[in-house]
Amino acid sequence: MEDCLAKKMEITVSEAEKRTGRNAMNIQETYTAYLIETRAVESQSEGQCAPVDSLWRRYSEFELLRNYLSVTYPHIVVPPLPEKRADFVWHKLSADNMDPDFVERRRIGLENFLLRVASHPVLCQDKIFYAFLTQEGGWKEMVNETGFQLKADSRLKALNATFRVKNPDKRFTELKHYSDELQSVISHLLRVRARVADRLYGVYKVHGNYGRVFSEWSAIEKEMGDGLQSAGHHMDVYAASIDDILEEEEHYADQLKEYLFYAEALRAVCRKHELMQYDLEMAAQDLTSKKQQCEELATGTVRTFSLKGMTSKLFGQETPEQREAKIKVLEEQIQEGEEQLKSKNLEGRDFVKSAWADIERFKEQKNHDLKEALISYAVMQISMCKKGIQVWTNAKECFSKM
Amino acid sequence: PSCFIFNKVGSDSPGTLSKNFLFPSPIQDLSLPNGTPVDTSSPASSSSLLNRLQLDDDLDVETRDLFVTVDDPKKHVCTMETYITYRVTTKTTRAEFDLPEYSVRRRYQDFDWLRNKLEESQPTHLIPPLPEKFVVKGVVDRFSEEFVETRRKALDKFLKRITDHPVLSFNEHFNVFLTAKDLNAYKKQGMALLSKMGESVKYVTGGYKLRTRPLEFAAIGDYLDTFSLKLGTIDRIAQRIIKEQLEYLVELREYGPVYSTWGGLEVELSEPLEGVSACIGNCCTALEELSEDMTEDFLPVLREYILYAESMKNVLKKRDQVQAEYEAKLEAVALRKEDRPKVPTDVEKCQDRVECFNADLKADMERWQNNKRQDFRQLLMGMADKNIQYYEKVCATCWSNGRNKSSLFSSAEGIIIQDIFTLS
Repeated sequence: MEDCLAKKMEITVSEAEKRTGRNAMNIQETYTAYLIETRAVESQSEGQCAPVDSLWRRYSEFELLRNYLSVTYPHIVVPPLPEKRADFVWHKLSADNMDPDFVERRRIGLENFLLRVASHPVLCQDKIFYAFLTQEGGWKEMVNETGFQLKADSRLKALNATFRVKNPDKRFTELKHYSDELQSVISHLLRVRARVADRLYGVYKVHGNYGRVFSEWSAIEKEMGDGLQSAGHHMDVYAASIDDILEEEEHYADQLKEYLFYAEALRAVCRKHELMQYDLEMAAQDLTSKKQQCEELATGTVRTFSLKGMTSKLFGQETPEQREAKIKVLEEQIQEGEEQLKSKNLEGRDFVKSAWADIERFKEQKNHDLKEALISYAVMQISMCKKGIQVWTNAKECFSKM
Repeated sequence: PSCFIFNKVGSDSPGTLSKNFLFPSPIQDLSLPNGTPVDTSSPASSSSLLNRLQLDDDLDVETRDLFVTVDDPKKHVCTMETYITYRVTTKTTRAEFDLPEYSVRRRYQDFDWLRNKLEESQPTHLIPPLPEKFVVKGVVDRFSEEFVETRRKALDKFLKRITDHPVLSFNEHFNVFLTAKDLNAYKKQGMALLSKMGESVKYVTGGYKLRTRPLEFAAIGDYLDTFSLKLGTIDRIAQRIIKEQLEYLVELREYGPVYSTWGGLEVELSEPLEGVSACIGNCCTALEELSEDMTEDFLPVLREYILYAESMKNVLKKRDQVQAEYEAKLEAVALRKEDRPKVPTDVEKCQDRVECFNADLKADMERWQNNKRQDFRQLLMGMADKNIQYYEKVCATCWSNGRNKSSLFSSAEGIIIQDIFTLS
């Protein structure tokens, strides 16, 4: 962790800009570009700051980077990107991709993504990631040259394909189950929170009507007039205060959303493990069947019914030479298979070891982050209460003068 | 039967109006309360207005001589109907009462009868409104505890307003209402009398129309129109807020348990997640209390004043009628007997009646304005208080888990964090 990139470099996504250009198919499109600024942090600070480097990236490039990372590091819970489209929104927030509030929240999300990668003990050392931050031109080509797409297992893309693993690793099965549950509970939470926000907004805004009617009423009253008028003003303040409250709460929702997407990343690791186990078991099965064939040929007994056995019985015995040649081929294949299985076993063990290390790291990070998020949520609630108490105390003061 | 009481007593048709206030003199004399002639009502009102103000300021019980309370609602189930009666308890030192203490049981329609009688016999006065017969058509369970309690409060308020009134509190029907063992017998007696007089009453006042309202009464009329309009809006806003709060409550009730479910998945996060869930649960309770308070304490007072304004408008209309009759008679005299300067006595009587009406109305309006100011100050301060209490409850019992208030309000974030994560 000491030598992770985040310690050596300040990374910010400082700006978002709307752009219009032509895509590969020469069709006009509008997109948002984000300005990434980096600055080296000198270990011996001489009071002189390193110059700031900056470059523009668009969301699709972030997506490419993340794809590359997740294929290249299958045993790592790769930090998720912020949502492409606004989701779990309550009515006042626009679901428009170009909405300034949405773009701003995504800017924060993208910066957070870069910081997460830069402070990850393994990912931070990746050269492509470094180039993403520092080398504007030719980056895409560089990524494609790594040939990562070839390594990407197309079987993983079939989202719901299940592989019948005979001996699943209990820990991964449980983890997969956990990530499913986490995903469902957070998305439920976000959905309900959006509705709660909607209703709360309603409660506050309807109070704003008191502002208007008190002021109109005050016009016909003598002694009560002043008190009503100024109480009306406080009701306006009350109604307006919900905007800031919910704006702030949106940040909390974004924190939860990150972990909603993290659940997906966690599941991806589990699926990769599953696939590996499947391959391993298939290889073992193949090997077993070859060994059996070999034995059959050598001893001349057919333990199980097979077409080959039948044909040999019907059309007479092979010559001993033929049989010898066959056994030789099989023996070679068996040896090859055994080596393959050995290396797959080794690979699998390595995967489990490093994946589990990263999962432990992830769990720690998750507990820490979510605890903080819950605390900040509680602080928000308290500050909302304080605001409410303040406004109603002011209003009461006005009423008492009537 | 109409839903709203004021519809019944305040119909616009001149026929029913006349029945309510323009009695031929023998009837009017008959319905006057002992020793309190209508003519002297205006000085009485203003002097006791001062008393009233004093009373409200010091709550000096000793100068009051009549106390009425409505309590102890009871449900009666008969073969024909089911209804609620309320106990009406009177304590008094007034000479008009034979005993110092009375306790009778009355049902809503008795109150309704009393109000009609008061309106008939004290046409120049503002009669406080009764709660609506049905609050919401069909939806309300008339025998539910909340409904009965809300109505009891309103009936209590109704009698207290009459008790506080320097003229109405001496009304004979009011006396009977408070004291009679058998009110129905008395009612029947009155009905017979009324049906005898009904036709002639209708005949007397048909068709007088006032050309212009005097400026000061026009101003009162305008005031009442705007006032009702604004109160109607406030009533709608308050109802809408309660509706929004209840919808918010529905969502909150779903929101809290999701944190619990999540807590069940976690090891280290389980405690804070359960904590948040408990906090939201407490928010629900506090919110429920807030909307209940608003429904039970805020809305009924608004409704009472909306009805009150309607009563006041009716009194204004009656006043116009009386003045119109006087003007018409005066005109007729002027046309017929130009040579004779002397005005006939019945026209003079009419003039007296107008003046008397004006004085009563002004005094009642002034008293009403004062009551209104005090009631609304109390009502709106109460609304603010309830909201403050709601936020305090949410803040103190939820997010800081039993820590004392001072630490919460002066707290740096550190303390709050501790509070949340020491939930046990």
